[in-house]
Amino acid sequence: MSNVLAYDFMRIALVMAVLIGLTAPAIGTFIVQRKLSLLGDGIGHIALTGIGLGLLTGTSPILGALVVTVLGALAIELLRARSRSGGDVALALLFYGGLAGGALLTQAQSGGTSLQSYLFGSISSVTMDDLYLVAGLAVAVLAIVAVFGRDLFLLCQDEELARAAGLRVRFLSVLIAVTAAVTVVIAMRAVGLLLVGALMIIPVAAAQQVARGFRATMLTAMVIGVLSAVSGLLSSFQYDLQPGPAIVLLALAVFLAAVAAGAALRRRRADAARTGHGGAAAPAGLPPHAAGVPADGGGPGAAPVAACGPAAEAGACGPGGTAARGPEGRHDVEAEAEVLGK
Amino acid sequence: MTPPPFAMTDGPPFAMTDGRVRLDGREVLSGIDLRVESGDVLALTGPNGSGKSTLVRALLGLLPLSGGRTEIYGATPARFRDWARIGYVPQRLPMGGGVPATVREVVASGRTARQSRWRPASSADRAAVDRALEAVGLADRARDSAHLLSGGQQQRVLIARALAGEPEVIVMDEPNAGVDADNQRALARTLGMLTGEGRTVLLVLHELGPLEPLITRTVRLENGRIAAEARLRGADAASGPAGEPASGPASGPAAEETAGSLA
Repeated sequence: MSNVLAYDFMRIALVMAVLIGLTAPAIGTFIVQRKLSLLGDGIGHIALTGIGLGLLTGTSPILGALVVTVLGALAIELLRARSRSGGDVALALLFYGGLAGGALLTQAQSGGTSLQSYLFGSISSVTMDDLYLVAGLAVAVLAIVAVFGRDLFLLCQDEELARAAGLRVRFLSVLIAVTAAVTVVIAMRAVGLLLVGALMIIPVAAAQQVARGFRATMLTAMVIGVLSAVSGLLSSFQYDLQPGPAIVLLALAVFLAAVAAGAALRRRRADAARTGHGGAAAPAGLPPHAAGVPADGGGPGAAPVAACGPAAEAGACGPGGTAARGPEGRHDVEAEAEVLGK
Repeated sequence: MTPPPFAMTDGPPFAMTDGRVRLDGREVLSGIDLRVESGDVLALTGPNGSGKSTLVRALLGLLPLSGGRTEIYGATPARFRDWARIGYVPQRLPMGGGVPATVREVVASGRTARQSRWRPASSADRAAVDRALEAVGLADRARDSAHLLSGGQQQRVLIARALAGEPEVIVMDEPNAGVDADNQRALARTLGMLTGEGRTVLLVLHELGPLEPLITRTVRLENGRIAAEARLRGADAASGPAGEPASGPASGPAAEETAGSLA
């Protein structure tokens, strides 16, 4: 560990890894909730053109990427809001154009090696100036999440509810897209543009296996993000690997572990629900929450309660009714919700 | 009659004149004149596809009008700012991308219109969320994931979400759809509490069911037009017909027909 810190570039890289690990999952939680999981990828493609322009004009590639990704995010949001069907194709055109333009521009400038380092990350080339810039951007992203978190939560739950609460939906949508763009720029040096989206999504996907709430999901995802970014960086140093793929694969490993842990956790919660608060705590006059409600079978936590009934003895139910897993339960509820929605 | 366009005059909760809505080139609502007065407990009824939900969303400004005019407390939806006065309960819990949210988080989001962006939740916010959870009987589920609850319980979460904002008007879109009898009775109790506090309620209902004693007005839509209106006076005492009281001239001395915007 101490010999790692002996290198200047590794100290810079470690600070950067922490910043990436914090910011990418923080904004990623909103992006996953909005079903825009591939947004980070798309912005990453567009960023390449910005890097090319930055190299071409002799300014910082990070600044070039920042300007172009923010413009790209605005364009994406405009396309998304304007068109219901054609937006999909328009987005694809934007992404491919960004990637192809960037590839040509960077090649014209410095040959193929530089392109490779931007596509898959090259954290050792990060300078102190880069770090200051990235740190400033990271603070901005975290501040946006803290200040607008409540509004963004409501927006990502349901746009109509957000509008009926008087929120400026268009402004907030743009804010999410622009914040995602800034996050891409933060993460691109270390993780690479092709894998930048992964750090926004995978820690969140892992966290939602084990967390029950939105805030808990976000905080857990940030912990997972920092852990995988730092350990990925260290192992890339140790074994001479590219940091980006190492970080992403570690995050995926955490995701797999979280799936297993989540299943176990839900089983325990289901047991607790059966023996613990099987409807007894409902206020007088209101039905016990499990009584005869059709969709209870859909939720893993509630399944055994419904199977046994609140009046049944805990022992009579047996541990068998807890097999339901998270994703399935979610599908059931969604299917039921569709029935409700006619 | 029409209030000055820029003043925040305090009109009725909702007032639509000659409201028209087109969706995909088809006129879904036409010639709607509707005033919802403070204290009304108004049920919008009608067959499937008659435009009930569309009307509610148009009243809230969630759908643009293709003609006519609608106002919320005397202001057009675009100019209306005081959204904390309105509580909207959509038909179902939005599922989004599957990031879990606890019951409490969803309910607390009903306070957003009352909160400053720059301050954390106050003790008043938390107390309002507690009261709302109590009102729908979900206080013991506050820390559970909302999407794991049953359909009827999710409906109660959404009602609590609206209650948490302490609105003057509550708008509910088919709160009884796909909900079992127990949850329907729970809804009736919650609604009774709200009307007891003098709040205005606008409901989209397929059938009045156990809510009937609470309803003071019904408006029946057919093919995007108001087909009938009835005023059920003296809520509980009303001896109106059991089924759909607004389908024709309501029988019994307690109900009287009113026509269109004269209400």
